[in-house]
This record gives sequence, structure tokens and C-alpha cells, in this order.
Amino acid sequence: MSKIISNERLSRDFFRMRVECSNEARMGQFYMLRAWRQYPVLSRPISVFDSDGGTVSFLYKVVGRGTEIFSGLKAEDDITLLGPLGSAFPEVSGKIALVAGGAGIAPFYLATKQLKAKQLEAYPGCQVDLYLGFSDRPLLTDDYRKTADNVTVNVGGFITDEIDPAGYDHIFACGPEAMMRALYEKCKESGAAGKVYVSLENRMACGVGACLVCSCRTSGGNKKVCKDGPVFKGEAVFEL
Amino acid sequence: MTAADNCLKTEFAGVPFKNPVVLASGTCGFGREYNEIFDIQLLGGISSKGLTSSPRSGNEGIRVWETAGGIMNSVGLENPGVRGFIEKELDWLNGLDLVNIVNLSGHSMEDYIGGAELLNGVRLDILELNISCPNVKAGGMAFGVKTDVAREVVRRIRAVCKHKLMVKLSPNAEDIVALARACEDEGADGVSLVNTFLAMAIDVEKRRSVFENTYAGLSGPAIKPIALRMVHQVAKAVHIPVMGIGGITTWRDAVEFIMAGASAVQIGTGNFIDPALALDVIAGIESYLDARGIKNIAEIRGCVE
Repeated sequence: MSKIISNERLSRDFFRMRVECSNEARMGQFYMLRAWRQYPVLSRPISVFDSDGGTVSFLYKVVGRGTEIFSGLKAEDDITLLGPLGSAFPEVSGKIALVAGGAGIAPFYLATKQLKAKQLEAYPGCQVDLYLGFSDRPLLTDDYRKTADNVTVNVGGFITDEIDPAGYDHIFACGPEAMMRALYEKCKESGAAGKVYVSLENRMACGVGACLVCSCRTSGGNKKVCKDGPVFKGEAVFEL
Repeated sequence: MTAADNCLKTEFAGVPFKNPVVLASGTCGFGREYNEIFDIQLLGGISSKGLTSSPRSGNEGIRVWETAGGIMNSVGLENPGVRGFIEKELDWLNGLDLVNIVNLSGHSMEDYIGGAELLNGVRLDILELNISCPNVKAGGMAFGVKTDVAREVVRRIRAVCKHKLMVKLSPNAEDIVALARACEDEGADGVSLVNTFLAMAIDVEKRRSVFENTYAGLSGPAIKPIALRMVHQVAKAVHIPVMGIGGITTWRDAVEFIMAGASAVQIGTGNFIDPALALDVIAGIESYLDARGIKNIAEIRGCVE
């Protein structure tokens, strides 16, 4: 059991929950969260928004029964965390674009922090640019501006229109599959397909790679989104 | 070994178990993932992911769906095939101090026989013959509904299988008691029950089933009372041991199954509530027995008439 420090409503459907937790997560990883004993049966996979070795934060959207229960939790309430789980975005350097849609912005706060921290040590002058797409209201853009070099926001359109893949060494994406596919195709046209990493989402049960309900097809055969992913090379997912 | 260990010690078809708690097929892979969370040698045993003679990539589309008090799954027997299992997993499992149950499925009689023959050459503790998977189009549950069909597959597998043979029964059987008796008649060393209940969910926006395979298998606490009743009926009807499965999430559930006549129990969906739930169940059964001065679970097995 872990203690909730805060659980704030950011917009109609989005919340940010901060929890005491000594495990440090890497960018792109997630936890299985549970704030009830038996029902709903399954825990909920929620990606890490921030992690500092003493606390972990989650940005989540209320989409069903589980996240609805999370939204009602208060400071001092208990929650069960299993994690951090899954693969992380690779620790790369150079010019990096992080492209997100909707709730897909969640992993890119920690990603920006971790990429910048690493780059400041080894490659001063390198760059992390964020591209954030929202269907209606932008979220947390001020927070993201504090960590990234440049932040481009698109509301109601296609965030993939905003980016020129040729300008980057690495491109990470997280969001709706259609958005990630469109981004991948755009990168492919400019010969940049190999630069793309995507974070997949799927319904999960065990969260640790044992039950195979979250399997996805990749060019390297079936992979477990929870254990082999959620981060995959774009080519592995979109070139079948 | 402490007295407490002794009270949990049991035996199933001649195979000794340090305790009666087993992880159910399909919910625990081949044990490696849970072993990163806790020492799986604390378990009585594990039942492997269902194997087929050739590898399978499993079903398309949504594979899990939550229900009131349960889940439906439509994994469709994604597995590395018997050969892949033997190459990559078997030695590791045999190196552990727990009962190694290998679950075998198939889509045709030839497939079952081929798988059983491949497994004859290797060491394992119990072969669990899965004639009850609802998630494959051909085979699987088709062999576990009609008593005569089940009888035929058990007879033919028994003729080739050199291992202890436990048949995993479907709650969708037209007469589960008669079907269990047929397994006993044909030489099965035990039965395990129940697999998942054939079930369905509909997406009302798309006006189609949630699952590509139309139906899926329901498991979890929602099915426990029915599974318990079936275990009770079967345990009264056969002389071979019964492994009870169906919605166990607490020690109390496990004790109910034992009192209904089960010699051991399997935990499936409960592993998703808490990956180390089986350890709580083991500790809970032990405390229950200790507090009442019961020297071994055998004393309460089948105590409910």
C-alpha cells in the first residue's frame, strides 16, 4: 500500500495523482494501480508522469469504472502500486522530438526531464522539443514549457502536421494509434522511419507478462505490450 | 519441516505437494514473471500455459473484458508449441521445487496425440489435458462438451501418455459428472475443474460482439459458486482426485473447495488481483487449520456431504 499525497483535477476528465513511492521509474514505464480490494477485478495500467525516487505521479483520464474510483481518492488515502513495469524510451541524445496526443502527453514530462538531465551531462546544447495535440483544451502546457526547449501545441487539428521529421535525430510518440501511425508514415516519407519509437496501449490483466491478453503483432512476432513494451520501434509495429 | 508445513502437505494421484495451491494454466505463463515478484517455490505447483503441438499466435482483437465480479478472456492459446516449451522452459521448471503441471491442448485428435507423444520423452509431474478451452474455433472445448467425445480423446491420450494424466473439465459440459466418470473409466489419474464458462459481451455502438471469436471464457469470483457446486458433484462421483478451480481469491474460497472434495486448488483470475495472492491463500489455509488443531487438510477434504 502506498499513500496518496495529492490527487488534483486538471480538467473535466483529467487528474494528476501523486503517490509516495521509493522506486524510481524510467520514461515510458507504467504501474498497475488498484484502490480497491476485489472489484473491479483488474488493476489499471497508468503511465508514469513524473518520478523522483520518493514520489511517483500519474496523469490519467477518467474513462471507466477504475479511473472513476481513482478520481474520487484524496490525500492520505491508500493505493496499491505494482511497478514500475514495462520497457522505457531509449536514452538517446541529439535533437529529439516528443509527439503526443491527448492522454499520450503523460510519459513525456518525465521523458523531457530524463533526456535533458542526461544530455546536459554529456551533450550540452542538445534539444528536446515537445509537440502536444489536444482535441479541445490544452493541459499542463506551462509545466511542459519549464522542462522542454520548445513546446508546440495544437488544439482541434493534427499535431502530426506541426512537425518536420527531417529536423530530428529521434522521434518518440504516444497517443491514439491513428496519430502514431500517421506520424510514422510521415517520417517514413522523409526517410526517417528508423527514428521513431511509439508507446502502445492495450487492455491488460496481469501487467507483468504472464497472461498474454495484451499481446500485439510486431515484425518480430507477438510481443507483450506490458513486458516487452509499451515502448516499441515504430518499424516493428507498423511494418507487418 | 515444521508442523505447519505438514498440515498443508498433500498428495494428488501419487504426486506429493508441499501445499495444495497451484497457479492455473493461462494466468501464470511458465512461472518466470511471477518468480520475479515472489519465490514461486512457495507454491504447491504451477500449471503451464496451454500448449499445442505447433506454436499458435492466438486470437485477434480484444482479449480481455471485465464483467461484474469477473473477466472474460479470448487469448486463444497463444503459445510457443510443445517443442518451444521443451527447449526454452522445461529445464527451468524442472529445476524448481514445486509440482510441474504441463497443460496440453489441441485442435484435433491428431494434434492432442502428437503433443502427448512429444511430451512422453521429457520429465514433468502431471500432464493436464485441456479439453475445455472455449477460445479456439476448432478443438479445445469441442472435446469437453459431449461425454462420448471426451471419453474417446481421454482413451486415446491414455494409450500413448506415459505421464500422470489429469483431465481439465469444462463447465460447459452437457453432463460434467458423467464426463468426469468417463475420464475415470478411461484411466485418468485425476480431474481438474472448472475451466471458463462460455460467455459473451456486445459492443452496442458497433452492434457486434466485443470478441473476434464471438464468445469468450468467463472466470473470476462471479463463477465461484457454480464451480464449487460442480467440484462437489464430481468429487462425490469419482474415486480419482479432483483439483478445484473457479474464482478462488481468498483462503476461505480455497477451504470451501477442499471441503467440497478437492485435493488441491488452482488460482487463476485471482493472480490478477494480486500477483502474490496465492501466498496469502496458503498462509490463510494454514492459519485456519492451526487454529482448529487440524493436523492435515485431508481431515477436512470432502467433509461436506
